[in-house]
Amino acid sequence: MTALRVELPGLDMKNPIMPASGCFGFGEEYAKFYDLNVLGAIALKAATHKPRFGNETPRVAETPAGMLNAIGLQNPGVEKIVSEKLPWLEQFETPLLANVAGSQVEDYVETATVLSQSGKVAALELNISCPNVKEGGIAFGTDPDLAAELTRRVKAVSDIPVYVKLSPNVTDIVVIAQAVEKAGADGLSMINTLTGMKIDINTGRPLIANETGGLSGPAIKPIAIRMIREVRRQTELPIIGMGGITSVEDVIEFFLAGADAVAVGTANFINPYICPTLIKELEEWMEAKGYHHLRDVKRKGGWA
Amino acid sequence: MKKEHMTVGAIREIAHRIYEMKLFGTIATEVKMPGQFLHILPSHQLQPLLRRPISISHVNQEEKELTIVFRREGEGTTLLANKTPGDTVDVLGPLGNGFQVEEVSAGDSVLIVGGGVGVPPLYDLARALKEREANVTTVLGFENKEAMFYEKAFQSFGEVFVSTVDGSIGTKGFVTDVIQEKNISFDRLYACGPVPMLKALETNYPEAVGSLSLEIRMGCGIGACFACVCHVQGDASGHDYRKVCSDGPVFPWREVVL
Repeated sequence: MTALRVELPGLDMKNPIMPASGCFGFGEEYAKFYDLNVLGAIALKAATHKPRFGNETPRVAETPAGMLNAIGLQNPGVEKIVSEKLPWLEQFETPLLANVAGSQVEDYVETATVLSQSGKVAALELNISCPNVKEGGIAFGTDPDLAAELTRRVKAVSDIPVYVKLSPNVTDIVVIAQAVEKAGADGLSMINTLTGMKIDINTGRPLIANETGGLSGPAIKPIAIRMIREVRRQTELPIIGMGGITSVEDVIEFFLAGADAVAVGTANFINPYICPTLIKELEEWMEAKGYHHLRDVKRKGGWA
Repeated sequence: MKKEHMTVGAIREIAHRIYEMKLFGTIATEVKMPGQFLHILPSHQLQPLLRRPISISHVNQEEKELTIVFRREGEGTTLLANKTPGDTVDVLGPLGNGFQVEEVSAGDSVLIVGGGVGVPPLYDLARALKEREANVTTVLGFENKEAMFYEKAFQSFGEVFVSTVDGSIGTKGFVTDVIQEKNISFDRLYACGPVPMLKALETNYPEAVGSLSLEIRMGCGIGACFACVCHVQGDASGHDYRKVCSDGPVFPWREVVL
């Protein structure tokens, strides 16, 4: 297992695989299928300062090799997450990456402060890329100055490392990555979903109540791979890669693109065992190919 | 709750685009109550990508056999309809909370109302209520005669009335028209079908005791993704919710906002 070990800021991971934020709730449902201790880390569902119901339904729609979702950051608010969700997660040794969302800088700062001070999470993941809330979120992810300012403000109150989750809904993702790196980000996670829409040809109306939703699943993988490679060329920051991973071959491709760890999202809905399956298959793949460490895989991609 | 490759048994088209399929596997032994559902993966390709929630209509625990009924509608259900006996299907289940038959006593008058593909989960409910010696009356609503199914099957549990939108068989109109026309009275009401049907029942019978089962688009099917939430009646904050997949799909009348 040591061959799979990855040490990223705040995240001492026994393997590089974690479920992605929003696709795994706070772990309770998946703990009925397997021991969450096998995971490299867990990215928690987004927390906001105040409770949110989220969007009306339908919130999901299937698309070619993918799905659209517009959940709308439904969560019980950061106080309840800390008092009701995190204590249950403490039974696992797996490090927690807490996703932080909001509509104004102050929301992010307050939520990040509470999570950082809880002592129960290993790192923060700043969600500046949720396409499904009208009040903001993604606005921070599409403007390098706003992204940098938000990163600085959250870094100022956080005692734990801060990863910034980048939006692919931009012309040049490298500019945003460099801006948050300069502002003190400890790492990047990328990519969030791409804004999309599906129209019901019988009703003539968008299938999702929110009209637009975030596209995820295998359909977006080539975009994630391209963007990670572009960003990897320009920054030293660790990258948690995500976007349509369903197989061990996909995991390898993300490492070759320049990721240091990966997150699995939509695939959890298809196979609740996908994370432990990929962990096992990654170990077998490396053994079969004669790799002793993930570094060797990354080196093949051109990253030392 | 488990993930298992179940073996397809008999499959037949029992009405226009309506298929009844038998599935064999240990998931059958875990079904606890009528109204639970399966989350079925129609293909191992990347398209269609997701599972389909389909309710269980009948369980035979000794034979480890489940019966499901679904309408061939899109890509996923077409793939499922094209399965042949001996094929396997990736199934997650049994999921959700079903109908609480324990709340019904011998001699209770129970009205069961089903609309279209909402009819199947009511089959084992009717069976269980009959076993509890309730007086079961069933009202089934369909688009037309070609889409009608299970009307004979429900006759073994009590009287059955049918409505069709075009009047090609039974009462012309909706299930609510039949209930009024036949002047059916009941102590308990159980229903599954389109939301407008459920809303009409809730409006007509605001004191109804019993429960309803909801159909909704789902993601994970196990309560993690929050795709299938609904509001709670009387919740002033607007933040309270129920997840259809894991809190439901069966809810008491007037618990959730339809």
